[in-house]
Amino acid sequence: MRLVLRGITKRFGSVVANDSISLRVEPGEIHCLLGENGAGKSTLMNVLYGLYKADEGEIELDGEVQHFTGPGDAMAAGIGMVHQHFMLIPVFTVAENVMLGNETTGFAGTLDLAEASKRVTEISERFGFHVDPDAVVEDLPVGVQQRVEIIKALSRDAELLVFDEPTAVLTPQETDELMDIMRQLKEAGKAIVFITHKLREVREVADRITVIRLGKVVGEAEPTASNVELASMMVGRPVELVVHKDAPTLGDDALVVRDLQVVDAAGHKQCDGLSFTIRAGEILAVAGVQGNGQTELTEALLGLQDDVSGSIRLDGVELVGRSTRKILDAGVGFIPEDRQVDGLVPGFTIAENLMLNRSFRSPFVRNGSLRLGALREFAQQKLKEYDVRARDIDSLAANLSGGNQQKVVVARELSRDLRLLVAAQPTRGVDVGSIEFIHKQIVATRDSGIPVLVVSTELDEVVALADRIMVLYRGKVVGIVPADTPRETLGLMMTGERPKDLKDVVA
Amino acid sequence: MSTVTTQPTPESGGLAPDTVVTPTRGAGARKLPVVLGVLTLLLAGILLRSKPSGDTTFQLSVATDFVTLPDIVVPSGPTAWLMVVICLGLTAEAVRRMLTRLHQPMWIPITFAIVWMIGFLSWAAAGDRIRVVSLLGGAVALAIPLVFGALGGVLGERAGVVNIAIEGQLLLGAFAAAITASTTGSPWAGVAAAAVAGALVALILGLFAITYFVDQVIVGVVLNVLVVGLTNFLFRQVLTPNAESLNSPERLRAVPIPVLGDIPLIGPIFFRQTPLVYLLYVVVAVVAFALYRTRWGLRLRAVGEHPKAADTVGIKVNRTRYRTILLAGAIAGMGGAYFSLVSVAGFNREMTGGAGYIALAAVIFGKWDPIRATLAALLFGFATNLQGVLSAIGSPVPSQFMLMLPYLVTIFAVAGLVGRSRPPAADGVPYRQQ
Repeated sequence: MRLVLRGITKRFGSVVANDSISLRVEPGEIHCLLGENGAGKSTLMNVLYGLYKADEGEIELDGEVQHFTGPGDAMAAGIGMVHQHFMLIPVFTVAENVMLGNETTGFAGTLDLAEASKRVTEISERFGFHVDPDAVVEDLPVGVQQRVEIIKALSRDAELLVFDEPTAVLTPQETDELMDIMRQLKEAGKAIVFITHKLREVREVADRITVIRLGKVVGEAEPTASNVELASMMVGRPVELVVHKDAPTLGDDALVVRDLQVVDAAGHKQCDGLSFTIRAGEILAVAGVQGNGQTELTEALLGLQDDVSGSIRLDGVELVGRSTRKILDAGVGFIPEDRQVDGLVPGFTIAENLMLNRSFRSPFVRNGSLRLGALREFAQQKLKEYDVRARDIDSLAANLSGGNQQKVVVARELSRDLRLLVAAQPTRGVDVGSIEFIHKQIVATRDSGIPVLVVSTELDEVVALADRIMVLYRGKVVGIVPADTPRETLGLMMTGERPKDLKDVVA
Repeated sequence: MSTVTTQPTPESGGLAPDTVVTPTRGAGARKLPVVLGVLTLLLAGILLRSKPSGDTTFQLSVATDFVTLPDIVVPSGPTAWLMVVICLGLTAEAVRRMLTRLHQPMWIPITFAIVWMIGFLSWAAAGDRIRVVSLLGGAVALAIPLVFGALGGVLGERAGVVNIAIEGQLLLGAFAAAITASTTGSPWAGVAAAAVAGALVALILGLFAITYFVDQVIVGVVLNVLVVGLTNFLFRQVLTPNAESLNSPERLRAVPIPVLGDIPLIGPIFFRQTPLVYLLYVVVAVVAFALYRTRWGLRLRAVGEHPKAADTVGIKVNRTRYRTILLAGAIAGMGGAYFSLVSVAGFNREMTGGAGYIALAAVIFGKWDPIRATLAALLFGFATNLQGVLSAIGSPVPSQFMLMLPYLVTIFAVAGLVGRSRPPAADGVPYRQQ
């Protein structure tokens, strides 16, 4: 099926998310939409899928102009979507999810589950998916859940498939498998739109590339274009993709973690005997697929987990069993993985957010009342220093872009007297410009002799920042390896496999 | 053409390490042995304080039975103590399972509840007789509004709308049933009107909760208060002055079902009831079946779990929610007819007396499942009836305490015994379409 988008414009209030975007996708081709977070890629696809109504422009499928009033129309027209956040009901089985909205029914609307199972098995076998129709979706690995999404689209005879940031949640191996699946679908004559901001994937699989920036098409590129060329198109100015850092100047052992166990509220052991050491002036980056104990590790360091055993010593002082406030006072800085939930109070101003973890004593509090003058002065200075793009220090955190919100968090944490920095997903959902800036700040912190623990699910980020890399799988350390370990090895380790000749490096 | 050869083994997955499961050590596993232990001690304590003497008679048949089962006469004290011993045994089993980290099966609390109740009744009715049929049959009757209400709650919440307004739906249902049955002379017209009244309350709930995204709990509570005020006002201004014509409905009488009603014990308990109870059986069966086995139910549950996902496959989320809560309101409203057409003939102010909130507890106790919620509502009905039966035979338990019993059971049930339960993921979350 041939898709043509003509002059699609979508506004949200005064914000123009899509500004007259035109696009053409042929059958049997993989067309990449490349752009930063917030560039308008997902908005465009939601317009195509009937979730949003375009203010201007038209959608044409095989030469016919379409008027979608909802996703139902788009599906009926042959468009299938694999959403970034899977649109699957976790408590339903695979078959139930696939049939939902498109059910075969018998007498009085009774469901024909056998028919749905058969259809799942058919498609699954045709493309080698190995999906059990009777499995409950929430029990399946993320990669398999994604295949369920694909089956869902194929079972509705989709001819055009849209993949919205499909690799964000996958291991490198699962990503490779997905690439194979996409090629297979292409061979079967489907038209594919592949939305991403990861350059490596684009170059590997795309037939054509369209780059979007700030809601506009800024150009087309060939898959042969270099990473730097693509990144510059995406950001609109030359960017440095590598983090420049000197060899570390290592000090004494600063953070010593021994046999750390964390059990969550449901009784599951999320961290299982973690032991590692970070020296002063060193960045230890934790690699691993989301949900393998990283969150619990960082929260245990901050005293945010209830059931923790083992030992966490910072400069010889035991942190396990201390309250979060005491740990903060001991000089631990924390950039949490979800700034919207744990990093900021969205309804507070920038200034108020900057003093969140210093609400007890000077410089901002005296005799139980706020010293607003000192706070304003401090906030104004940080706004400038950290290049936070906001009207003023009284802007609400909720109104900032992701990158600027994150800069506020980074500014707050780094402007204390630190003995340890814990940075979890420091650049998730942040624009390339801010990523550069935040990475520089993290490296500067390390260079000033502070031990840094970085947790990231983006392998690129791990490799860029790390002095050493620790790979976690199911709450256990698979290995601690040098920063120049090949990506393939790291990818393998992220699936829990430890290469035979692997040697742990001790800092 | 390339092929995908990797089998999705658990190792290749990127899922949270669910398989690294240490046996449950949360509060849930410890709760059951603790609750059982406390209840056993409570029973033993009661027996030690006031020693029962004489015999307790358990009467299993009523005079009109086809086959008459003999009365069971047991010595009160020894029987009660025997039950304490059995309870101790069950508690020990629960403790053993907790220590060896085994799963706690359902038969333990169920057997315990029955044994404990026999022990308690042996003591409470020492030297007297317990009419088992009227104790259990009455429980079924008293549970009618609770079951209807709970079904309404289950449906609404499964679709993602918290239905706190059950109390209001019952009360307006009772009011509408009384007036309609009086004016038309047909109690069935009254039941139909009760359903309409319940749906009306649900419509207002939907308007605020679905269309205007107002907090569902707040709207629900406000609606309950509104219905109390409205019915009190109308009762005083309209019904009381015209009691003859507007508030003297014909009562729904018990209609025994042939054959089924003649089964010993079961028959008189379940099949010599009012037609409203038989309607209830049908509604429970239909809702339970439809929720899990039909397209309607699949879509309804999808909307309550992940409305966005439902939307992306072309299901109209808010339309589905409206339709569901209107039906839920109608079902809950029918339960209201019990108060003014079955329990007594005629409406009285605030006659539902919090039954809607107990129905809500049954929804949670029943883990948002129609059958379990029905059983929970029956349990609460039993607690209510037990209080009535015991004060009638003049048991040693103070009547004020007995009046407290149903609510105590509710709190115990919801807080202590419900175990791990998971509400629908989008329960109470309004869906906004972009």
